[in-house]
Amino acid sequence: MTPRVELEAVSVRYDELLAVDGIDLEVQPGEVVAVVGPSGCGKSTLLRAVAGLVPLSAGRVCLDGVDQEGIAVHRRGVGLMFQDQALFPHRDVAGNVGFGLRMQGRAASEIARAVTELLDLVGLPGAQRRSVAELSGGEQQRVALARSLAPSPRLLLLDEPLGALDRTLRERLVADLRGLFGDLGLTVVAVTHDQEDAFALADRVAAMDGGRLLQIETPAALWDRPASARVAELLGQPNVIEAEVRGGTAATPWGALTVGGPDGPATLLVRPAAVRLDPRGPLAGTVRTARFRGQHTTLHVELTAGPPLQADVPSSSAPAPGSAVRLRIEPSTAARLG
Amino acid sequence: MTGRWGQRASALGLLAGPVLFLALFFAWPVANIVGEGLRGDRGWDLQGFGDVIGDPHLRAVAWFTLWQAAASTTLTLALALPAAHVLARYEFRGRRAVQALVTVPFVLPTVVVGSAFVALLGPRGPLGIDLDGTVWAILIAHAFFNHAVVVRTVGGLWELIDPATEEAARVLGASPWQAARRVTLPALRPAIASAALITFLFTFTSFGVVRLLGGPTHATLEVEIYRQTADLLDLPVASVLALLQLAAVGALLVAQEKVARRWAGTAFPLRPADRRRSRTGRERAWVGANLTAMAILLVVPLVVLVERSFRMGEGYGLASWRALGDRTRGTGLSAPALEAVGNSLRFAVVATLVAVVLGGLAAAALARSTGPVGRVLDVVLLLPLGTSAVTVGFGFIIALDEPVDLRANPWLVPLAQAVVALPFVVRTMTPVLRSIDGRLREAAAVLGASPRRVWREIDLPLVLRSGLVAAGFAFAISLGEFGATRVIARADAPTVPVVIDRLLGRPGVLNVGQAFALSSILMVATAAAVLLVDRARTATDRRSTGGWP
Repeated sequence: MTPRVELEAVSVRYDELLAVDGIDLEVQPGEVVAVVGPSGCGKSTLLRAVAGLVPLSAGRVCLDGVDQEGIAVHRRGVGLMFQDQALFPHRDVAGNVGFGLRMQGRAASEIARAVTELLDLVGLPGAQRRSVAELSGGEQQRVALARSLAPSPRLLLLDEPLGALDRTLRERLVADLRGLFGDLGLTVVAVTHDQEDAFALADRVAAMDGGRLLQIETPAALWDRPASARVAELLGQPNVIEAEVRGGTAATPWGALTVGGPDGPATLLVRPAAVRLDPRGPLAGTVRTARFRGQHTTLHVELTAGPPLQADVPSSSAPAPGSAVRLRIEPSTAARLG
Repeated sequence: MTGRWGQRASALGLLAGPVLFLALFFAWPVANIVGEGLRGDRGWDLQGFGDVIGDPHLRAVAWFTLWQAAASTTLTLALALPAAHVLARYEFRGRRAVQALVTVPFVLPTVVVGSAFVALLGPRGPLGIDLDGTVWAILIAHAFFNHAVVVRTVGGLWELIDPATEEAARVLGASPWQAARRVTLPALRPAIASAALITFLFTFTSFGVVRLLGGPTHATLEVEIYRQTADLLDLPVASVLALLQLAAVGALLVAQEKVARRWAGTAFPLRPADRRRSRTGRERAWVGANLTAMAILLVVPLVVLVERSFRMGEGYGLASWRALGDRTRGTGLSAPALEAVGNSLRFAVVATLVAVVLGGLAAAALARSTGPVGRVLDVVLLLPLGTSAVTVGFGFIIALDEPVDLRANPWLVPLAQAVVALPFVVRTMTPVLRSIDGRLREAAAVLGASPRRVWREIDLPLVLRSGLVAAGFAFAISLGEFGATRVIARADAPTVPVVIDRLLGRPGVLNVGQAFALSSILMVATAAAVLLVDRARTATDRRSTGGWP
């Protein structure tokens, strides 16, 4: 099957800055890929390059096997939802949603019908005549989504689709989006700075930093086997440490950890769930903070020797901040990165 | 790189027209005033300044200008701050209507304000007290005129200050008064300072109100400049006065700019707060008292103006209105007063066209230029705003005699009005044009609009609408423009404000009645122009211009 999107060594240069640095990426029809990275990592520029809003300084963008070089933005048949929506202030909701269909020269009655359907789809039935300036943040996001879906793009690009929404609104919209992508069989590339949104939205997640893709995997695989300390950090994973491996064992400030693989320097990851409270444990420290998360509580423990550790312990036995504790790391639970 | 140079070149191209216009009809006249004021018999000297400062009459004028501006500002704040509180914090039936009405006085021409207070406080007023010619009439009329400045500037910030901050202070043990003084007042201070400075600036350069209400004894610098030019023909003294006033206004504008910048740095948490209904009897009394005060200050004078235009002795009649169409003796008018309406409309249309075309070009250039160049342009294009209108008109008289004598040309009037209206056009259009950011165009392109279609669908409608709003303001300003027009209008082609001024300066009930009738017409025309275009603005436009003008 021809991939819907094919990026080959795509680079974008702004004056001195290489914003996107030789990215390769394939997205299959119907697949949802999320790019996660800190702000300024080049992820928005990557989207703009695919849409044709910024010229490539090197590489190729192919859609359905056709090189898009020289094809203007308005002829690429992609949809882009902007970070802060960019709704047209001089048009009402229907005028915004129906804009793309009008550009295709559709009949007014057909546009009206499509707008009604789309507004139902995004959960804003009957909002046609409302002014976009009166909408709340979440409603604006939904109108922007309906607007980008209206012309039935073969590829939908989402730039921080959950933007500045608050937690509950985000979670609801993530679920709605995920359902919508599946129902409509959409091909989507979304960029976000929030790894939780990325995991919840996408079939595959790409970690991006400094203009490069560091790793692309399914959410579960990415979480379990981050390719580097940087990827683990981007995903918000704590307890990463550099160590020397000899004969399957790594000597670390947290003690000897059993890991597989060849001898040599390695980056290790200890999951917070694998750190246990144990009165006879080898590691002594003081609880700095304890964050209750329902079933378990996340402890930040400052050790008498070595870098601090994060531990997830059952909430029923969680000590209070300031308590002196002893910890041990479950054998054979450290993951070797890369 | 070529893109950036291209952009700079196109910005310069857009600016060519407005800059040439301002150079010819603003900079050149002002330069002539400087020359006239600083040049003695034997080259450049400061002799003129010495003469002016040594003249006790002119010293008295300068002192009066200063203290009446301070007193007017104090009175305006005292009346308008409570009103701003009520409109920002309380919900009541008809609040939106009251908010719209409160802005009307500010857009009214100064001669309308002047006549309204002649009608209310003059010898034949309904109150039976004659304050005409006293400083009280001037102060009250100034409060009427600038009330909206304070309500909109301060109220606009007040409604964004979360009442929870004051509640937090109360919970922490502050009395209501302490909470207001320690929490709300400091947060409002930049807005109050800004509103006070603007009010001071307007009343410092007040012309129409003082001329109509001040009688022969009260004159601001602006009125004195006019008197020296038109009555005494002493151009050197007028030039020196104009320069002194320019310097004072410049200092005020610099202060205003500083306050505005500090305001931009405010760290107070701002979010639209909910208004609530008054709960206690005390709150109800407070809201009621303020609404009554607003009605008395802002509505009564305008109602009385219209009422007095129909007043005939002890009864009512249409004699004043009928006389507008007649050639009346003793007014110094060579034609029926009604002809001035035609003149005013013709001039205002031309002035509006000139101001909107040139102002639109300048706004387009400003919207494209960012950085230091843009900031300098911003100030240059606003300069005429800080220069008094009489000064502009006076500059026309002394500058435009060579090489071609344009002074007798009736079309100078709309050109001067365009100079006065231009900064308002630029101020109205620039934020809207800036708000057409690249992303709107990109969004349209992604949705399938070709570059030409993007221009038609995005740029054009937004430009047209902001142009329409600017045109409404420019039209209202030109219709009511008094200072420059009074100086340069020819006797055979006067505008409505000029005729009102002449009629009020003559004895006779019929003359005054005609002045009131003409003022009523002018009031309705300007209010209609402004309210009409206000409807064309969307909530977004208003937000992007900070609700002002």
